[in-house]
Amino acid sequence: MSVSNLLENWSQVRHEHPVNDKPHDPYKWAMAIDLDACTGCNACSVACYAENNLPVVGKEKFQHGQQMHWMRVERYWDEDGREFPDQGFQFLPMMCQQCEAAPCETVCPVAATNHTADGLNSQIYNRCIGSRYCSANCPFKVRYFNWYDYPTTENVWPAEMTQQLNPDVSVRGKGVMEKCTFCVQRLSAAKVTAKGEGRIVREGEVQTACQQACPTSAISFGNIVNPESRVHKQWAAQQVELDKDKQAKNEKEEGPGLRGYRILEELRAYPSVMYLERVRESAV
Amino acid sequence: MKDIREDIAWAKINQDVMKSLENPRKLYWVILFFALMAFGFGLGCEVYQYQTGMGVANLNNPQVWGLYIATFIFWIGMSHSGTLLSAILHLMHADWRKPIYRFAEAMTTFSLMTAGLFVMVHIGRLWQFYYALPYPNDRGIWPNFQSPLLWDAMAIFTYLSSSVLFLFVGMIPDLAIARDNMQAGWRQKLYTLLALGWEGTDRQWRNFRVTYLTIACFLIPLAVSVHSIVASDFAMSQQPGWHVTSFPPYFVAGALYSGCAAIITLFIILRYVFKFEEYMTLPILKKIVRLTFAIAMVWTYLNAVEFASVWYSHDQVSKDVLIQKMTGNYSPFWWGMIFCGSVVPLVFAIKRFQTNIPVLFATSLLLNLGMWLERWMIVAPTFSHGYYPWTWDHDQWPSIVQWGMVFGSFGWFTLLFLLFCKVFPSVSMYEVKEMVYHRTLHLKKSETAEQGAH
Repeated sequence: MSVSNLLENWSQVRHEHPVNDKPHDPYKWAMAIDLDACTGCNACSVACYAENNLPVVGKEKFQHGQQMHWMRVERYWDEDGREFPDQGFQFLPMMCQQCEAAPCETVCPVAATNHTADGLNSQIYNRCIGSRYCSANCPFKVRYFNWYDYPTTENVWPAEMTQQLNPDVSVRGKGVMEKCTFCVQRLSAAKVTAKGEGRIVREGEVQTACQQACPTSAISFGNIVNPESRVHKQWAAQQVELDKDKQAKNEKEEGPGLRGYRILEELRAYPSVMYLERVRESAV
Repeated sequence: MKDIREDIAWAKINQDVMKSLENPRKLYWVILFFALMAFGFGLGCEVYQYQTGMGVANLNNPQVWGLYIATFIFWIGMSHSGTLLSAILHLMHADWRKPIYRFAEAMTTFSLMTAGLFVMVHIGRLWQFYYALPYPNDRGIWPNFQSPLLWDAMAIFTYLSSSVLFLFVGMIPDLAIARDNMQAGWRQKLYTLLALGWEGTDRQWRNFRVTYLTIACFLIPLAVSVHSIVASDFAMSQQPGWHVTSFPPYFVAGALYSGCAAIITLFIILRYVFKFEEYMTLPILKKIVRLTFAIAMVWTYLNAVEFASVWYSHDQVSKDVLIQKMTGNYSPFWWGMIFCGSVVPLVFAIKRFQTNIPVLFATSLLLNLGMWLERWMIVAPTFSHGYYPWTWDHDQWPSIVQWGMVFGSFGWFTLLFLLFCKVFPSVSMYEVKEMVYHRTLHLKKSETAEQGAH
């Protein structure tokens, strides 16, 4: 039975191109992050902790590298000879890049991580057995493993904070992998509302937690299929295309003022997050 | 120098081997005790980890695999030489394998079982491990057949089941001997059951030979495929330092290498503990030593191929990983691997040492240390110096829980192996008899030839 199923749906299994063959209709969620606007304030990271019930692991486990920040703000020091405190640095907010040809998906032995029709890289907690192969094969290392049973660990969510936990997001048990979902619970809710009204989700109707918290609006998020969306306009203005592994910015010799790029594009994972290069000199 | 004395009586062979089932030297119990201790400690670590979570192993992001996967590859590798001795050399009619292949095949089986344990202790939700099995279910959910990890599970399971079958089938005539020579008791009942009513008739021997040969032929491609597939876990991934085309043959060579070194270690221990000096003779040991030396050189060559192909590939990231291995935090272990794996085996090239038991014992242990380090140096450095700069400062030192399980696995292996040798004949009686017979035939032939010349 499953063989006939496989043969009938062969086109869904076999792809000519990892991006173009996928049905991005009516949604393909994507993001753009302007590094020039990012101040490294970490509000996005905090918002993510609150929205997605991320466990706060504490100092000791943090030192062991076991923190669970789905959204992390990385800091890279300028290497221009200046010393601290004059030395400048740049920030890079990093979360799951929701790759179109995700390296993590193919290696999972139990198919716990999959691609959804609207272009998300989903993680099924109930299916995950914790082999951590996905994390091993992730070029960005944005997958976080539940090293402990956090819901029963003391001080992960102090008593007064349990009231703050988001009821729309499941709390993950020990031994499963988790990562940024592009706030899939918000996307689902918006889609349900829109469906009830017989339309698709409008631009601005749904925001991710990090986007909502960003004081400088460095993060924009939306449906890239919709030509009216801010994210579509940004990608188009930067001539960044989802299905290419090399963008206009890198192809042309004399820079035409383009800033858009995707991280480790040459690996052909086709990430859904575009970064806008920082042009301003870093000031401390 | 002859592999075995031609004047050993067949009854003496039976007697000597049967004795090994009853009264080994005291050292046996000493080793058994330490093995039990190590296994107990490892078991304690696993219980603690199971209860508390994988975090106690001091794994982190990005170092998600640690020693478990490294030691898993090590044990899989160890299993390969058993097949080399028992199946490949069987097809090549190498008589010298006969006294030693039984324990080598047992080593194969038990090291595979040990490797299987590492898959178990490695996964985060051990209680759901059956999700990885392709069992029919009403929701039509299957494992992901694209994943090299799944190929791994299948390859190992196939290899393990065929190895057990091969070990058992090859033992049937010996089990019958044991059955006929044992006094009544649980042992005799066990042998009677397992001997499957063997009487040694012509028809039985004919069927036996065909079966044995068939399984041997089936096993040989498996031995090559299993470690190639384990290599695919790495080669199929996208990570620098893993994404190497030459990994499958490199892994197979490494596997044969560590397996042969382990055979030397166990040869020396068994020979002493079970008083097998008559059967596990020094000329046979010399042959394994030479074989190990050859494989060591193949491994060294493949290592050089890998380094050169990375170096000249202009793949900057892979090159960085290689430089990191040579000069970074892991450099003592990496150079230790080169020393133990490529320099130490040169001892085997010196004729004087080829039959020197203390030297061989120490050397074989060092070789396996080198091979274990090799596996660790494949797994760990890629995590601490991969594509993404954010991961570069994150080094990880395995906690006592991880080390405990690594030591515990040696205990578990030794425990299984020693129990096997005490319950089943670890020297193949009927094949040693064949060997003695072949030797007498050979002597007779050369005698006749000499007479004819005069």
